[in-house]
Amino acid sequence: MTLLAVERIKLFSTRSPWWCILVTFVLGVGPIALIFGLTPNNPENNAELNTGTTVAFYGLAMMVILVMAIIAITNEYRFGTIRETFKAVPNRTAVLLSKATLVALVSGVAGEVTAFAAWGVAKLVRPSADIAIDTASEWRTVAGVGLVFALAALLAFAVGTLLRSTAAAVSIVLVWALLVENLVLLIPRAGDEIKTWMPFTAVDRFITAGAGEAGGEGGGVGLQYPYGPWGGLGYFAAVAIGLLIVAVVVAERRDA
Amino acid sequence: MIEAGSLTKRYGSTLAVDDLSFTVEAGRVTGFLGPNGAGKSTTMRMILGLDRPNNGEVRIDGKLYRELHHPLRVVGALLDAKWVHPNRSARSHLAWLARSNGISRKRVDEVLEIVGLGNVAGKRAGGFSLGMSQRLGIAGALLGDPRVLLFDEPVNGLDPEGIVWIRKFMQALAAEGRTVFVSSHLLSEMSMTADHLIVIGRGRLIAQCTTQEFVEQAGEASVRVRGRGLERLHAVLAESGHPPRQEDGALLVGGLTTDEVGELAAKHNVVLHELTAQRGSLEEAFMQLTGEDVEFHAHGGLPPSNGPALAAVSPSDDLTAPAVQASPVRR
Repeated sequence: MTLLAVERIKLFSTRSPWWCILVTFVLGVGPIALIFGLTPNNPENNAELNTGTTVAFYGLAMMVILVMAIIAITNEYRFGTIRETFKAVPNRTAVLLSKATLVALVSGVAGEVTAFAAWGVAKLVRPSADIAIDTASEWRTVAGVGLVFALAALLAFAVGTLLRSTAAAVSIVLVWALLVENLVLLIPRAGDEIKTWMPFTAVDRFITAGAGEAGGEGGGVGLQYPYGPWGGLGYFAAVAIGLLIVAVVVAERRDA
Repeated sequence: MIEAGSLTKRYGSTLAVDDLSFTVEAGRVTGFLGPNGAGKSTTMRMILGLDRPNNGEVRIDGKLYRELHHPLRVVGALLDAKWVHPNRSARSHLAWLARSNGISRKRVDEVLEIVGLGNVAGKRAGGFSLGMSQRLGIAGALLGDPRVLLFDEPVNGLDPEGIVWIRKFMQALAAEGRTVFVSSHLLSEMSMTADHLIVIGRGRLIAQCTTQEFVEQAGEASVRVRGRGLERLHAVLAESGHPPRQEDGALLVGGLTTDEVGELAAKHNVVLHELTAQRGSLEEAFMQLTGEDVEFHAHGGLPPSNGPALAAVSPSDDLTAPAVQASPVRR
């Protein structure tokens, strides 16, 4: 608990996490307000606005969470504070896991707040659209955003720890999430199948499955998934935690 | 007490520290001296468990650094004053350090007062001058009231006032019975600060002795002679067991006084134009001792040094030292 408190002081005594959280919120909520506010108000259009539409921009907001999680660790390397940290607490595994936990918690809360705020705003500006959260799958779609953000933060944190450079980690993670996962579709024959095993595609399945075609951030429509929504989340979690373990082992061995 | 045994650190093909063993005792300032690139910082990082030695180990009061429960309460270290997040205030920087080792918040303000940063505690550390950063680093080192203190090149980039302040400060800490280990590449600085020296070059131990011993051994007296017929004097001196060195038209004689050299010259009818007693500077001696151990030689050789004894003592030493505690910070 002490270490979590230490990391909390460190994270929130700088400004970048606050900015990242704010931008996450704006990106996750703003476009939804516009979609629900500006779509011509008639029954035909309203029928197309569903619960899934309220989280349509979760993917974009998640990019900022990825950046925040990366910066949380790479800035420590950049400014040398990681050495001060390891000096104060030589148990590097404990330090990194506490930091990862805190970043995941903050990201998870940011995700929940963003998702429910977007839903609330949608409800407010277009009461006639049916976006009630009734079914388990609708709950998964909205409340799942926090879970996804938390795991995505772990993944990004792990990459940041491995590479120790903001520029390198941010480019690799964003290029991966935005480009590579979609470009694999170009591979003849195997492309579709490979695509379903891409981590961000798998987690997109968790959010968008059963929520109409609303999400579609990963372009995963029409793919044959070998797993269900929770399987997708589990796969994403396995990738994130796997990377985190590798990162901690590497950090424990190398010179700080 | 710090005990290093057979420390070895390799970076790729470079041997940064080579089978280095030494002991740093409590109650005195021990200087860690060596040219840039000799392996001082690497050694300090290994003491703190930041870098892993390829061989050997360092123990602090008998324990490895990673075995210390609240390390900041045992060892305080200032390795790099810039290891601070620039947007974090001085107080928050110390606050998280304190929290990690179960040190009270009160102590944070206390150490800020001790180093004279009390009135800028809430300011972002990124806006600090080098001197202020250095003071913040020292505040961090003092946070846990540790028995062992390590400072890596603490006077680098400081103004004279800051240099004197740090020097007095380290001596005061040692007088309280603490172990103080301070590195520098400046011999003159070390001769003012340290009671004991550990000298390394290219990662190897060169000397481990009191500063006085090192100075005596190093700053060996010599006599400079100029005149006509020096060749004859050269031969006579060599015969008498004091072979002189030649230096731009003069002879440098070791182990004899000016009186003795003057008598010898008179006896052999050598006309003297100059007869000066000299002490080699500590820097020269250091160069002699470390010899080939200087990693980065400047091309074109060394500048001629014929200054007075301890030529390299910095002018700051004439300044009256401010009190150890809380001297005002200039902004």
